[in-house]
Amino acid sequence: MSLVNAERRRLFKRRFTRLMLIVVVGILSAIAVGFVLNSHRNGPAERAAAEAQARQMYEQQVVMFREQCSSTGVDPRMKEYCESPEAGPRPEHFQAQWYMPYEFNFRKEFGVLIMVFSGILALLAYVVGASYVGAEWSTGGMMNLLLWRPRRVPVLLTKLGTLLGGVLGIGLVLGAAWTTAFWLIGKYDGRSDPMTAGAWRSFAITGARGLGLALLVAAVAFGLASLGRHTAMALGVAVGVVVVGEIGMRILLELMQVRMGDRYLLSTYALAWFNKRWTLFDWRSCEFVMGECRPQELLITWQQSAFVFGVGTALVLTLAFWAMHRRDVT
Amino acid sequence: MPAVIEIHGLRKTYRSLRRGPRQALDGFDMVVEQGQIHGFLGPNGSGKTTTLRTLLGLIRANEGRMAILGRPVPEALPEVSRQIGAVVESPQFFPHFSARDTLSLLADAGRVPRTRVAEVLEQVGLRDRAKERVKTYSLGMKQRLAVASALLKQPRLLILDEPANGLDPGGIREMRDLMRSLVEMGMTVVLSSHILGEVQQICDSVTIISLGRRVASGPVADVLARHSSGSVRVRLETPADLPTAADLLQSAGAAVALHPDHLMVTAVDRPSWVTRTLAEKGFYVSELSPVTADLEDVFLQLTGTAPAAGVPRQVDESVEVPAR
Repeated sequence: MSLVNAERRRLFKRRFTRLMLIVVVGILSAIAVGFVLNSHRNGPAERAAAEAQARQMYEQQVVMFREQCSSTGVDPRMKEYCESPEAGPRPEHFQAQWYMPYEFNFRKEFGVLIMVFSGILALLAYVVGASYVGAEWSTGGMMNLLLWRPRRVPVLLTKLGTLLGGVLGIGLVLGAAWTTAFWLIGKYDGRSDPMTAGAWRSFAITGARGLGLALLVAAVAFGLASLGRHTAMALGVAVGVVVVGEIGMRILLELMQVRMGDRYLLSTYALAWFNKRWTLFDWRSCEFVMGECRPQELLITWQQSAFVFGVGTALVLTLAFWAMHRRDVT
Repeated sequence: MPAVIEIHGLRKTYRSLRRGPRQALDGFDMVVEQGQIHGFLGPNGSGKTTTLRTLLGLIRANEGRMAILGRPVPEALPEVSRQIGAVVESPQFFPHFSARDTLSLLADAGRVPRTRVAEVLEQVGLRDRAKERVKTYSLGMKQRLAVASALLKQPRLLILDEPANGLDPGGIREMRDLMRSLVEMGMTVVLSSHILGEVQQICDSVTIISLGRRVASGPVADVLARHSSGSVRVRLETPADLPTAADLLQSAGAAVALHPDHLMVTAVDRPSWVTRTLAEKGFYVSELSPVTADLEDVFLQLTGTAPAAGVPRQVDESVEVPAR
């Protein structure tokens, strides 16, 4: 336990961890404040005003349409259109809800906000995870520690456990604050449709997926930085994955006209992970001249995503622990 | 006295795809007895740090046996590490932590009471600067902090790699006094240093390494005696007679080096032989002094690293002793 306590203290004593926490809390707060400022609770007065505006818009459009149709020298095709029964604006084209001020709906919209939160948390987990062990290696802290605790693999495992525990703790605390903030926005500054147990469970599952992804990302960053013995290793790989693995691959797959090329991109699996499933369409299989298109589909499930992310993480961690066990500390 | 460190036949080869293999340790032996300050000397790149790192489990040896406090290492390192304090190479710490934080984290990791932190900070003279970030420290202060971290667990064996590096003269003396007091308390200190005057002054015994092999070891006095040349410096009343006197001594069987104002005579049994031989031919000696070698002379002689005028020496150019 002594090493666990020391590592927990070290993680949260680090200036970078504290700075990143402040940045993340700042970003999350800014998003929440943005919703507070933009969302308005709509009552009968707002609804009446919206209906009046919709009606007014409809009437304006009717007048303009009539003027257009009755003007001299109108195009014969336009004239034909003007005489058809379907021509001209209709009342259902101007719905009052379109003219209502934005009203945040907790039940409908919070699911997406959980994904936003998870993305930000994953970013925090990646940079903190990489720097936590990378800086230890590059400043000689790891060597000092190994002089005190020579069992290398347990030392690295303790560090990894501390990091994952830290990310989990931060995720739970910030996640609770994020949920409370938006629930309050919905209740006092928007709409809070009655929340059923099923709705809460759905949010909880999405949150758990997000937290799981953040933990995996932290573990990968930790493994890469430990493998390269420098924070830059993890950050370099991240840039490489984005530039080569996403942008470059996307261009290449497009040039090579690979069918369902998105199945080779990590972002596809991230989307499937959050949405439970993600369908890829092969629009090249369509014969548009033949009428309705029914493109070939490829379903990516969250289980497949779990397999891809799990194998990748396990591979990186296995290599990191093998290197820790075998390589000289020079 | 029981041995605190025993190293036998230690071999380590670094392998690199680009540069190929490089043998850092080639059957190195070393014994450090309890309650001593033991100097570990060698030119740059001779294998000192590799030896210390291998001993402390940071580097894997290819071959050889090692024991610390009678226990085989690296197998028993987890059990004996509590009794070893070590500073290997330059002091390295997380720059944004204060000295107090750095030490208290190590104390937590090693199950050492945090009360020790204040004690060792006092001991190394960092008490008043303990709350400042390490990145604001000078090299000497970092060195003091490194020694403090090694002392934190009150070890039985203290291994210090270049502890005087960056210290001011007062700091060097304090470090020397500290080491003496630690040895008086029963600690064994292994000191790797290039300040040979300091080592000669403070150490009870030494091991000298060159190109991964031991070239000398034992009590400092013994090593000096074994490798002293037994030469005498001779000055004459009339320096103009020096060349003639040199010829005379050489013809009588001595080895003589002629210098502008004196002769250096070796291979003589007794200095009085020089006086008598010269006096018989009418040359009168004004000074006759035996030349005693110091550790620096012995080190340069044994490692073959004495500088030659106009010939820059490369790092790996030192004496290679034959393998046993």
